[in-house]
Amino acid sequence: MTTPRIELRAAPHLVKGASVERIMFHVVLALLPLCAFSVWQYGLSALALIVTVTAACLGTERLFGRAGNTLSDWSATITGLLLALTLPPSFPLWMGAVAGFAAIALGKALFGGLGFNVLNPALVGRAFVQAAFPVAITTWVPAFAPGRFGEFIPTTFTTPLMTPPDIAVWAKHALDGFTGATPLARWKFETFFTPAQDFLTGAATASAGETSAVLILLCGLYLALRGFMDWRITAAVLVSAALTAWGFQLYDAARYPGPLFVLLSGGLMLGAVFMATDMATSPVTPRGVWIYGAIIGVLTVMIRYFGGLTEGVMYAILIANALSPLIDQVTQPRVFGAVKEKKA
Amino acid sequence: MFWRKHTFARGIHPEGHKSTAGMPIRRMPFAPRMILPLAQHIGKPAVPLVRAGEEVVRGQPIARADGLMSLPLHAPADGVVESIELKPSARGPWVESIVLRVYEASTQEVRWGLPPDVDRLTPQEIAKAIQDAGIAGMGGAAFPAHVKLTPPKGAVIDTLIINGAECEPYLTCDHRVMLEYPQDVIRGIQLALRACGAPRALIGIEDNKLDAVEMLNRHAPEDGSIRAQAVQTKYPQGAAETLIYALTGREVPIGKRSSSVGVLMNNVQTMAYIGRLVPAGEGVIERVVTVAGPDVERPGNYLVPIGTPMRYLLEYAGARSATSERQIILGGPMMGEAVASLDVPIVKGASGVLVMPEQELARNHRIYPCIKCGECVNVCPKGLNPSMLGMLAGRREYETMGEQYALGECFECGCCSYVCPSHIPLVQQFRIAKGVLRERAAG
Repeated sequence: MTTPRIELRAAPHLVKGASVERIMFHVVLALLPLCAFSVWQYGLSALALIVTVTAACLGTERLFGRAGNTLSDWSATITGLLLALTLPPSFPLWMGAVAGFAAIALGKALFGGLGFNVLNPALVGRAFVQAAFPVAITTWVPAFAPGRFGEFIPTTFTTPLMTPPDIAVWAKHALDGFTGATPLARWKFETFFTPAQDFLTGAATASAGETSAVLILLCGLYLALRGFMDWRITAAVLVSAALTAWGFQLYDAARYPGPLFVLLSGGLMLGAVFMATDMATSPVTPRGVWIYGAIIGVLTVMIRYFGGLTEGVMYAILIANALSPLIDQVTQPRVFGAVKEKKA
Repeated sequence: MFWRKHTFARGIHPEGHKSTAGMPIRRMPFAPRMILPLAQHIGKPAVPLVRAGEEVVRGQPIARADGLMSLPLHAPADGVVESIELKPSARGPWVESIVLRVYEASTQEVRWGLPPDVDRLTPQEIAKAIQDAGIAGMGGAAFPAHVKLTPPKGAVIDTLIINGAECEPYLTCDHRVMLEYPQDVIRGIQLALRACGAPRALIGIEDNKLDAVEMLNRHAPEDGSIRAQAVQTKYPQGAAETLIYALTGREVPIGKRSSSVGVLMNNVQTMAYIGRLVPAGEGVIERVVTVAGPDVERPGNYLVPIGTPMRYLLEYAGARSATSERQIILGGPMMGEAVASLDVPIVKGASGVLVMPEQELARNHRIYPCIKCGECVNVCPKGLNPSMLGMLAGRREYETMGEQYALGECFECGCCSYVCPSHIPLVQQFRIAKGVLRERAAG
């Protein structure tokens, strides 16, 4: 005689069929075109960087992850790819590995893993290396260097304690007329307005995955249409950033660039589409989502215009991440039936 | 506002699976043995009027109501009372039931009732007649219908709402009842209107059943007191709060009953049985049940005698050996109960019997931590924050759930569990939390 099993079977008996793996996997899919574009622009070094950072993230997740296979949920892969896309293509590989480790260990595992992290792990990793390697993270190389598929950028294989080779010499040799500064830096320090078409084609100097706003938007559109991404956050970030920039432009057009420049330059598009929309670190309430996005948009422009840094997306998102539990708290939806008593 | 879409905010759109909607109601033969639990309704169990060995006639009262919150039982077939003993119920616990052996050779004619002069009955007398007919809410909850139609003291009811939404996937029995028994439905509503003193009735029907809307409007009286209204096809449109809002734009305040906004609500099949049984002076002996599911050979809507064992019903409908790879669900897939034993009978509140293959059910999915996607918040018809409630439940902070996050407002529609990508058993967590809070409140 077999022992009867007692099973708890409670309604609802049907599910939609959504799953964490599916959501995450589609985000990975949406990131792949960006990776491919980045490799096409920067060649072998970008590829090596993406692979190294992602491997570091996966390794760290395996090391610190909870019992069971936490790699299969794809979340560490997303962190790795995103982190790699925010780094300069010339970033030394070992530093990339450090960034990956910091992202998962400090940004995620420390809090208890998937769903429990307060800050976006990829941005924690980037913030870590921004503080640790200030020179390397602001060293830029030209896109579409000839021979980018045949040789690595010299700094890629820098080892710890080694003085990195002078990238400027290589860059001059690789592509004429390269200034070595991002459009944001050129605006900030030289008041130079980079033309919009440079951003759309990837000709502007930037981090590995930030160069083509159009491609990022298309990938985001895919996710939003499939329901794997909260488009409201992206919309709130972009609209609030554009409005803030527009306001400043009205105030002094000679000094402040227009909304288009703000939207297309730096990491705003990547941040708005892929970072700010990270589910675990964004609010869950409908009103909270808009407020959260607006905070990111406004803060980004403020940091860019008035901060010491040329780029503000990272800190804007991290600050908003930290605020999101509070935002949730104050924007709880109105419970159905919570009707105000009529005044007598 | 002059124009308003007849619906509620949020909610979900599960696949309908309403393939049985086109199948006319067919009578199911009598099972050799019927099981009649004394408590088929919410409230006090009925008191048996028969003893083991006694012969009964189809339609004869075999148990009487024990007070106001109770209902009588009527014999579903000619036969002999075999025993009165404990039998398994759908939820698991064994309950006192009358077991009836059906006479196979009997003509099974219904014993005639004493038809009252319905036009002369006072509201109280109508309510009493509804109780004597043993009518419980046929939408699923099985609340005694006469209680549901009696407004609380001091409440003025201006609208009686009839629930024909049938928002649960698979279920089509109410749809068929509206199409095939429209006169009964209208007559029942007219009696119910007199019982509760309301001047008008609105029948809410999801807009995937426009034929039913048209059918009922065609049979409605010319004075315009009864009107069928299409509402958006969206789950849980048929819940009390959502349907009242969809039809009248009124929100039932937290902690109050629907009568506080001048509304009473009843199920449409309940109305059909009131309209048929009360004028004839008879009692409930059968009901329309949807039998469906991917593996059922002869799915459809069956007129099933109350007390028919699940095993017999499934064999008749051709659900081969319902083994452990299948799951039997009593009611709809969103709010119905998993059946614990095949010896469980069809009771007055049983709207459907679903046979679901294991792989289609919400089980064996890996449970992830909440990733705060917010999907549950986007679908909760009550405007709750299931994500937060789930986190609090995980930490067993039940008091916080009740006091700060309105746990008591959850009516367990299952939308949150349905959409959760982490497969967190949210509704189940909330049930446990409510149970604990109830126990603590009771001291």
